[in-house]
Amino acid sequence: MTHIRLENLSLSFPVLHGASRSLKKTLLVRAKATVTKPASVGGRMRLGAAASDAVLVQALSGLTFQIEGGERVGLIGHNGAGKSTLLRVLAGIYETTDGVLDIEGDSHALIDPQSGMNPELTGRENLHLFACRMGVAKEHIAGLEADVEAFAELGPFFDLPVRLYSSGMGIRLGFALATVPRPSILLMDEWFMAGDQRFQDKAKNRMEGMVDAAEILVVTSHSLPVLRKWCTRILWMEGGQVRMDGPTQTVLDAYEASLA
Amino acid sequence: MSALSPAPTEPHVDSLSTPASGLMKFDQRRGSPAARAWNDFCETRQLWRLGVMLGWLDIKLRYRGSALGPFWLTITSVLMVASMGVLYGRLFHQDLKVYLPFLALSLTLWQTGLASLVQESCTSFLDADSMIRSSRLPLLLQAVRVVVRNAIVFGHNIIVPIGVFALYHVWPGASALLAIPSLLLWGIDGFAASMLLGALCARFRDIPPIVGALMQIVFYVTPVIWQPEQLAGKARFLLYNPFYALLEIVRAPLLGHVPSAGVWGVAVGTSAVFCALAIWVFVRVRARLVFWI
Repeated sequence: MTHIRLENLSLSFPVLHGASRSLKKTLLVRAKATVTKPASVGGRMRLGAAASDAVLVQALSGLTFQIEGGERVGLIGHNGAGKSTLLRVLAGIYETTDGVLDIEGDSHALIDPQSGMNPELTGRENLHLFACRMGVAKEHIAGLEADVEAFAELGPFFDLPVRLYSSGMGIRLGFALATVPRPSILLMDEWFMAGDQRFQDKAKNRMEGMVDAAEILVVTSHSLPVLRKWCTRILWMEGGQVRMDGPTQTVLDAYEASLA
Repeated sequence: MSALSPAPTEPHVDSLSTPASGLMKFDQRRGSPAARAWNDFCETRQLWRLGVMLGWLDIKLRYRGSALGPFWLTITSVLMVASMGVLYGRLFHQDLKVYLPFLALSLTLWQTGLASLVQESCTSFLDADSMIRSSRLPLLLQAVRVVVRNAIVFGHNIIVPIGVFALYHVWPGASALLAIPSLLLWGIDGFAASMLLGALCARFRDIPPIVGALMQIVFYVTPVIWQPEQLAGKARFLLYNPFYALLEIVRAPLLGHVPSAGVWGVAVGTSAVFCALAIWVFVRVRARLVFWI
């Protein structure tokens, strides 16, 4: 049975910057720390090493919830609340050993419109790369090509490098490719809301076909109307934790109230 | 139960709705770091076609817009071998008939073989940052990519020594077959280097220039442009240089000799230790790699 189960799941990751990127400086600082005793200030605070130490970000902490087949879950919260990180954990891009993550079913993540695309390659070459990644049989590739070419409306640009595309073209191609698979768990970031009105209308049908076929949908968005329309349940994230979890109407009303 | 209206869907390719598609099954992502790394390896094995394709596209891209493509490298090698051959043949008082085939083979093996594998393995994960961050793919796929890319370039360059061999009518004979297992060992070492150096260089960005500088030194202390015989009685010390052993197990068979047991021992032994180290490091850092790139 398709489900997602998280039990006390936490994730922290290092943000490396400046000196922490350098082996020389890291070694020097370590060496210094062993030679000179760390200056103690008050309690147990250490000085010196901090300058080159990576900043550890606690992105998710103690998440526990369960999503059953048939649920359409929306993630809301401020920027930096951990929505995208949670999506990446569910997609298996970020891994953590802290807590339990139990997922049953095949998943597909629409994280970023350029997902895995090489900007130097042409649209067609990227399509072949995608087909290879998804294990599409050779005889279906021609059909896939026609389908994507028609949807993305790239015209002659289909045979030009993706880096020359306008942002709209890039999104159309990314969207056309990303919406091809039919997973039982669909994880979407809000990028698919991008594009002009015409694209939005066109994308709607394609997207709905995919969402309908999925047993579980997890979507992050700042657009409350979209969440109201698509979701049966909302997880309100704040500071890497679930602030509120419940039926769409209840949670969104509370969220709106908090914004007002 | 869904809030969606049952809108007519666009015509779409059904081939992907089959379970055979490349969607990720999640139950593979559990267990100890070692078990997860093993899964990474198994998934990479399943996706080897993708790895080959990525490597091939890298080459295609590198030479896009140039009519000669990767053969530009071949031409550079020819020029290098010709100019260095004449100069160093004179400096070392060597007979060109012997020295030029040696130098052509040696330089090609070093530059497009060992040195390029080491240098490119440093950026195995860094080069694929957007791919790794946006989709769930086994990391070792990038190691396959590096090895394939280097194998393709190597294939284009090995023409140079073959041409020189033909010019001087030197043929190695049956011993050349011994180079095949040796090249396989290079492939394995390249894979391990992509795991080890690729991971370390993702964490510490000053390692690639350090590696580059070290390889420059190694180039001079390894008999690439000079021959081991020139050391006279001291050649046995070369066995302490693993790059010599690794080079020799491919070069000697192609020059018609059988490498000594000592050379084989050092080459295989160093490779085993190196692979073990690479696996150990990779297992430990695999989950964190995505945050480093």
